[in-house]
Amino acid sequence: MSAARPSIPPETARQSLARRLREFLPRESVLTDAEDLRPYECDGLSAYRKLPWIVALPETVEQVGRILKLCRREHISVVARGAGTGLSGGALPLEDGVLLSLAKFTRILEVDPANRTATVEPGVRNLAITDAAAPYGFYYAPDPSSQLACSIGGNVAENSGGVHCLKYGLTVHNVLGLKFFTMDGELVTLGGKTLDAPGYDLLALMTGSEGMLGVIVEITVKLLPKPERAQVVLAAFDDIAKAGAAVAAIIAGGFVPAGLEMMDNLAIRAAEEYAKAGYPVDAVAILLCELDGTQEEVAAGIAQVRELLTRQGATGVRTAKDEAERLRMWAGRKAAFPAVGRLAPDYYCMDGTIPRKHLAKVLARISALSREHGLPVANVFHAGDGNLHPLILYDANKPGELKNAEELGGKILELCVAVGGTITGEHGVGVEKINQMCVQFTKQELAQFHALKAAFDPDGLLNPGKAVPKPARCAEFGRMHVHGGKLKFPELERF
Amino acid sequence: MQKPFVVSLSNHERRSKKRVMQVKQGNDISQQLADAVKAATQEHARLAITGGGSKRFYTGQPEGEPLDVTGHRGIVSYEPTELVVTARAGTPLAEVEAALAEKEQMLGFEPPYFGPTATLGGAVACGFSGPRRPYAGSARDFVLGTKIINGKGEILKFGGEVMKNVAGYDVSRLMVGAFGTLGVLLEVSLKVLPIPAKEITLSFELPADKAITAMNAWAAQPLPLSAAGHVGDILYMRLSGTEPGVRAARAKLGGELVENGAEFWRELREHQHGFFQDAVPLWRLSEPPAAPPIELPGKWFIDWGGAQRWLKSDAPAVTVHEHAEKTGGYAALFRHATKNGATSHPLPAVLATLHRNLKRAFDPDGLMNRGTVGMI
Repeated sequence: MSAARPSIPPETARQSLARRLREFLPRESVLTDAEDLRPYECDGLSAYRKLPWIVALPETVEQVGRILKLCRREHISVVARGAGTGLSGGALPLEDGVLLSLAKFTRILEVDPANRTATVEPGVRNLAITDAAAPYGFYYAPDPSSQLACSIGGNVAENSGGVHCLKYGLTVHNVLGLKFFTMDGELVTLGGKTLDAPGYDLLALMTGSEGMLGVIVEITVKLLPKPERAQVVLAAFDDIAKAGAAVAAIIAGGFVPAGLEMMDNLAIRAAEEYAKAGYPVDAVAILLCELDGTQEEVAAGIAQVRELLTRQGATGVRTAKDEAERLRMWAGRKAAFPAVGRLAPDYYCMDGTIPRKHLAKVLARISALSREHGLPVANVFHAGDGNLHPLILYDANKPGELKNAEELGGKILELCVAVGGTITGEHGVGVEKINQMCVQFTKQELAQFHALKAAFDPDGLLNPGKAVPKPARCAEFGRMHVHGGKLKFPELERF
Repeated sequence: MQKPFVVSLSNHERRSKKRVMQVKQGNDISQQLADAVKAATQEHARLAITGGGSKRFYTGQPEGEPLDVTGHRGIVSYEPTELVVTARAGTPLAEVEAALAEKEQMLGFEPPYFGPTATLGGAVACGFSGPRRPYAGSARDFVLGTKIINGKGEILKFGGEVMKNVAGYDVSRLMVGAFGTLGVLLEVSLKVLPIPAKEITLSFELPADKAITAMNAWAAQPLPLSAAGHVGDILYMRLSGTEPGVRAARAKLGGELVENGAEFWRELREHQHGFFQDAVPLWRLSEPPAAPPIELPGKWFIDWGGAQRWLKSDAPAVTVHEHAEKTGGYAALFRHATKNGATSHPLPAVLATLHRNLKRAFDPDGLMNRGTVGMI
């Protein structure tokens, strides 16, 4: 941390650093004017904003190393930023640090069809990898909803998921190699095109580390052959509990769906109005279940899943009759966030994960909390892997309403922890959920995280203040890890 | 050697109606183990974490007093509809696999036992994966959470029992393949998979170079592959999935049906295949799967669709490492006839420094499993 220095260094310090950066970066790649800095003041979580001190836009790997070496020597903090689509404020800038944008690293370095890998720079968009792999019949599996815009470097930093991760895994399961710089400016290579590498699994550790351990400059991902066929079934339910039971029955039936998504009525109506996906707007909940594989597998599986859903009490079951209808069904789901966003001036997206068996109970409790706080909540849910996305609707212009929404969100996350889940499934902790980290982890566990961080970055210069709270912050938050017997939501069953 | 659990091929009808099974059995000695670690810190003693001992040929004997974790055993929770099992580290691996098999589920990474005493903790600490690995994932891919004792004797919990969890650093997966050098594993939560309804093995007569090409060409197509190996000019391919899916893939690939296919893959996984019955040093090469045959003297067994290659060779270590690096891979001396303890591929200096720093972060006094696999 930069505790030894004044919190806002004088303008001369800023101009002096800018000058030194410009010794090896083009003039226009170092931004210091307020109007140039403005686009970098927030990421996808726009409720948190801060104007960066300096923005650096390197173009070569060597320049990234030099920026880090310089900052390390001068004891200046660095925040790495990709496409800025993150939803937890992980790329929120510092008022006394360098924002290191990797936006210019957009080259696909290699597609290796024989080994089924792609090696890319961190600024390459998620979907661009699939586009580059498509001529070979391959695709890159993790598909966050923001895949048109989000970059692969950010995906690795956040361990991004998507609707297909139940079957194909998260980013961590699809990355084979990384090159990253430590804060010392040392280039480290992990893995490659092999399935494992000697030593500790630093590849897993770097994935989802939220820019706290290093700055990633190259990524090798695994490519998968495009399935021969994908087919989706839409089932409507008049009861959330029945929909939840149907999810469990599909899994118990031995199916590993490529996607298994649930939406509640508020989300269904919003998505239908927005995307005309053909959803039944009177349903209490819908399930979208996609199977993929060979023609034969999918045909047999879909018939079994349809039967199973009907047995579980679905009021309607519909199979997409062609690819256009399948894509339309998914378009509704993928547009759920913006669709719900139209219902209110602002919305706040949560990301807790719970064991699936608690689904009905947790949704009932969320609905009660929503009434208590007087704020509507729409639920969009990666049902297959228990990842909830409650969307809290509010109006930031009404005094106190953002605070109310944040309080409601905090309670939802604590509820997720109480049933054995986690505060974040795929969006990351960033600045947003840092208080709830005090609920999920003990003081010793947080201390272990800090020790781990120090193994990479002893002075704490990379992305300070994010992801893992300092003990003082938890004391202030006043909810340090609730121990057995004193848990919140005592009415809920736990294991 | 006791025959480890073999995947049964029964169909979905046999699935039990009871979906949730809460198992409360076994023995929890977390606190005693944590106290023993704390005592060791005070006495500046070193601890050799000891499970079933089935993989000592690989890990070697760490320095110090044994810390026996086999008493810490039992399945803590298993819920088939959640696709998650949590068990104490000292639980015999066979016990975990048997419990899953009862519910038509399995560990997706097909863990090698290397002996009947193998424990879950040992399997995770060593991080080995069987023939299914390239198609289903590795040991670390299936780990969802761990409870550990760090070098200060603190009991810490990371990850959990849910599929997606990005709160905090992924310490759980860091424990996989760390050989107990970063902490004592107490509990592990793993994602599990349904046992495929149908599994068959096909064979094809092909030399190594053509076999590598074929394995990779098939992996590039949407086929239900679950293993691919090559030995003695025969390529073996395993198909797993639904009956119709496997039938269609078989029609597409051709080849001969192997009668005792399950036995072949088990023998490969456990190094009980005739290939491994030899006193010549055994190397493991981790390679890009499509790398052509490597020019080193000796005999090869290609596994993981080309990504894991076993080499019996007297070639000097430096030569083997050189060849592995040239093809974008890594080599470890996996087994000697005469002494315990593998030798892993040397780490570049900057990585070695990060390893030392991490070791210190988890085990500041350097108590645990010193001298394991030449790691730390």
